[in-house]
Amino acid sequence: MQGETSRTKMFTRRTLLLGGVQSLLLAGLAGRMYQLQVLESDRYKTLADDNRINMQLLPPQRGRIFDRFGQPLAVNQLNYRLVIVPEQAGDLERSLDALSNLLPIEARDRERILREARRKRKFVPITVRENLTWEEVSRIEVNAPELPGTMIDVGQTRHYLAGEEAAHIIGYVGAVSEKELEGDPVLALPGFRIGKNGAEKNFEMALRGKAGSRQVEVNAFGRIIRELRRDEGQPGDDHFLAIDMGLQEYANARIRDESAAAVVIDVHSGELLAMASAPSFNPNSFTTGISHTEWNALLANDRFPLTNKAISGQYSPGSTFKMIVALAGLGGGVMNPTHEVICPGFTVLGNRRFHCWKRGGHGRMNMNKALTQSCDVYFYEVAKRVGVDGMAVMARRFGFGEKLGIELPSERKGLVPTRDWKLAVHGVPWQKGETLIIGIGQGFLLTTPLQLAVMTARIANGGIAVLPKLVRETRRAGQRLADAREPFPSMGLPPAHLAIVQKGMRDVTNSPRGTAYRARIEEPGMAMAGKTGSVQVKRITKAERERGIRKNKDRPWKDRDHALFVGYAPIDAPRYAISIIVEHGGGGSTTAAPIGRDILREVQRRDPARRGPEENIVLDSAVAV
Amino acid sequence: MATQENFDGGRTGMTLLARVWQINLVLVVLICLPALVGFAMLYSAAGGDMEPWAGRQIIRFGAGLVIMFAVALVDIRFWIKSAYFIYAGAFALLVGVELIGDAAMGARRWMDIGPLQLQPSEIMKIALVIALARYFHTVTAEDIKRIPVLIPPLLLILAPAALVLRQPDLGTAALLALSGTMMLFLAGLRMWKLGIALAGLLGAIPVAWQFLRDYQKARILTFINPESDPLGAGYHILQSKIAFGSGGIFGKGFLGGTQSHLNFLPEKQTDFIFTMLAEEFGLVGSITLLLLYFAIMAYGTVISLRCNSQFGRMLGMGIIITFFLYVFINMAMVMGMVPVVGIPLPLISYGGSAMLTLLFGFGLVLNIYIHRDVQIGRRLQHLRA
Repeated sequence: MQGETSRTKMFTRRTLLLGGVQSLLLAGLAGRMYQLQVLESDRYKTLADDNRINMQLLPPQRGRIFDRFGQPLAVNQLNYRLVIVPEQAGDLERSLDALSNLLPIEARDRERILREARRKRKFVPITVRENLTWEEVSRIEVNAPELPGTMIDVGQTRHYLAGEEAAHIIGYVGAVSEKELEGDPVLALPGFRIGKNGAEKNFEMALRGKAGSRQVEVNAFGRIIRELRRDEGQPGDDHFLAIDMGLQEYANARIRDESAAAVVIDVHSGELLAMASAPSFNPNSFTTGISHTEWNALLANDRFPLTNKAISGQYSPGSTFKMIVALAGLGGGVMNPTHEVICPGFTVLGNRRFHCWKRGGHGRMNMNKALTQSCDVYFYEVAKRVGVDGMAVMARRFGFGEKLGIELPSERKGLVPTRDWKLAVHGVPWQKGETLIIGIGQGFLLTTPLQLAVMTARIANGGIAVLPKLVRETRRAGQRLADAREPFPSMGLPPAHLAIVQKGMRDVTNSPRGTAYRARIEEPGMAMAGKTGSVQVKRITKAERERGIRKNKDRPWKDRDHALFVGYAPIDAPRYAISIIVEHGGGGSTTAAPIGRDILREVQRRDPARRGPEENIVLDSAVAV
Repeated sequence: MATQENFDGGRTGMTLLARVWQINLVLVVLICLPALVGFAMLYSAAGGDMEPWAGRQIIRFGAGLVIMFAVALVDIRFWIKSAYFIYAGAFALLVGVELIGDAAMGARRWMDIGPLQLQPSEIMKIALVIALARYFHTVTAEDIKRIPVLIPPLLLILAPAALVLRQPDLGTAALLALSGTMMLFLAGLRMWKLGIALAGLLGAIPVAWQFLRDYQKARILTFINPESDPLGAGYHILQSKIAFGSGGIFGKGFLGGTQSHLNFLPEKQTDFIFTMLAEEFGLVGSITLLLLYFAIMAYGTVISLRCNSQFGRMLGMGIIITFFLYVFINMAMVMGMVPVVGIPLPLISYGGSAMLTLLFGFGLVLNIYIHRDVQIGRRLQHLRA
């Protein structure tokens, strides 16, 4: 009994002890709860949200590009993709077999699909084929009941309706490269494209718009449960170019078979109405990924189809530069328009002869005659009097030697040589003979067709420092964006000087002695003024000269002269200026001037500058693509 | 005095009605409360549906209550008489699953008996408590000081623990060993002997390590260094802590647990159901449940202490200890305090075996309350007489 009592006492004691320990342990649990749910709660709440919320970027719709009348040039086309969801398809191999009866699936694609299916989660759709035609889409839709897990998914791809006609202006989009990945996170989206060339590149930021985003709740397997928040983002701005697509196509057709460039500009506004560069390429090849063969063919072509010759091609202006030389002479007071120079066919400097293009010489030449007949000896004399630096100053006032700021990448600035330039770059002093060569627009002098067109526009508009402009208007969500461009300043040239040069250009095409008389426009009220130019690409040796210079057409293509023409019309109220260069085209008067005439006639017929674009832009019809 | 020397001594012949009258309703209500919480959580775990868990759990709980009352109303002397038979039966079943059991989750724990799936290790938890209670009922305070007297209870504990470990079921093995040890302590084992026993257990760890499956080793290693493998073995415990902590003070609301409902939380209807409760009801909910469990344990301890027989006291405390171990191991596990072992939250986690085991156990607690004044003799032969 004694034992029993003591045993009971010990049991009670030990039970209370154990109960105490248990209570302490439970208190420890309570402490842990406090730690997790109060002290560290914020951290775990963040982690829980990180777990469940996924941000997804929604790619913005790229801004479209239209011509001045609202004709669509670059649009976003619906890209129908066939996707398959392995989870719903069940037996993927059999589904692919069934699909290949409806549309061909290459073995390579098949492997890729099966590989992706193994790697990705079962509910993630896998692209089977892209860019399906309507026929293929309907074939699949009709058979949809027998094709579990297949869906038609719609994406967007860039499509260039103008194709080759405006490839150099609009450029193209391509996949984002590693280097370009920085900045906007939308760039990392699969299949995202950015501008690689032309306006697409230049206006990339405005065309791209702002990416939207959506927050989705996902479960532990990454499957989307529901959408929490959605921000649609901002579609890219629509761009309306100054280009008149009808005129652009005409210009393209006119130079199609050459390696050439043509620029048409509004002399008052600077709007580029056409800018053709031949040969061209198909920008649509780039959007889906160009094939190796096509790419290599483009690179190997000796006429450089990928280069926009109108802004990237640098050429000696030849005789089209003579207006600048004449204005430099007049402005420097070293040349009186009535002063006469006798052209015997050459001039002598030191012991060197400088030839005129006309072997027998022009005889007595004043400024008007010299411009009309493009007498080289006369301009040798002007150049001698003005000096290279004097010509350079005038050339720069007309926009040479600088980028004009056209809204396109890869514009080049050409070269206006000076004494200092030669010493600095070539390390040797300027030679007097080189001054003479500059006087006829050759030697170191380099210009782009765009610069020549701007020069012509500035002569035609009475000395207003017009600058080229590619985009007329941008619209965001249909609303016109303000354009804060200031009016162009006057160049401050004496009107009398300009009148002399204008008269000379007028006689080039309208006087029977003019170098481009045969290329005149006879339609009433459309007459044009102009200036031809022919540029030697190969030095004529003395021996050749004595043997008799071979005619251009007898020489190999690469050795023929570049043919140039600048002009404006109509003469009385100039509105359109043009510049033409035909590489290795032979003579300016025979090759370039007729092209210039045709295009100037066409632009006057169409008269895009005077046609109110506002009523012509019918966006709704243009959008329905 | 002779009557106190055998099991049959003391007050006998309580009528059934008298026993029913003696059922402790406070304990019954205390048991039903967590079960109700459990039904709600299972309803939530299914995304707000009685199917597939809550409905079945209610039926099981109902069946369990019937068993609990039956166990409570049986004469306590039946349990002491059949204690070793129950243990032997449970042990046989354990050996049985070892031979023919079905492998579920890589561990052989289940035995199919017709439509019934049986988990013999669960039965063993109760059987061990009954067997130890009976053994120490017959041993006097003086006997306990003798070493040979301690050999049978040690075997009673270690044999099933080793078998369960072989299955391998680390949690149940630990639970058996711990509850057995605590009962030895209550029985009056000297502290230093208990120290030796504990040292022996620690010494057995390297041996036990050999029995463990790779995933179990990974769980333990992950527990020691949880950041080592956040997407592998550490993933579950990390997600559990995130769910637990993100509940904050007031929780995300019923059916509002993002971690649970978006499946970041593993096993939310079974072992990790407490995490789900903590996520949806916050600190308020988790502390409330903890207090509820504490009330059950405290009340169960009071009942045990009031019992007149050593068998009853040992039995009651054995059940309470088992219950405590369930609660503590499960809660500590989901809060990342001990390695992940397969121990459910008692009365709440989905699962039939554990529910029946616990209700059977609480039936025994009710039983010793009903028979608290019954004197039970010390020797079996007197019982037979």
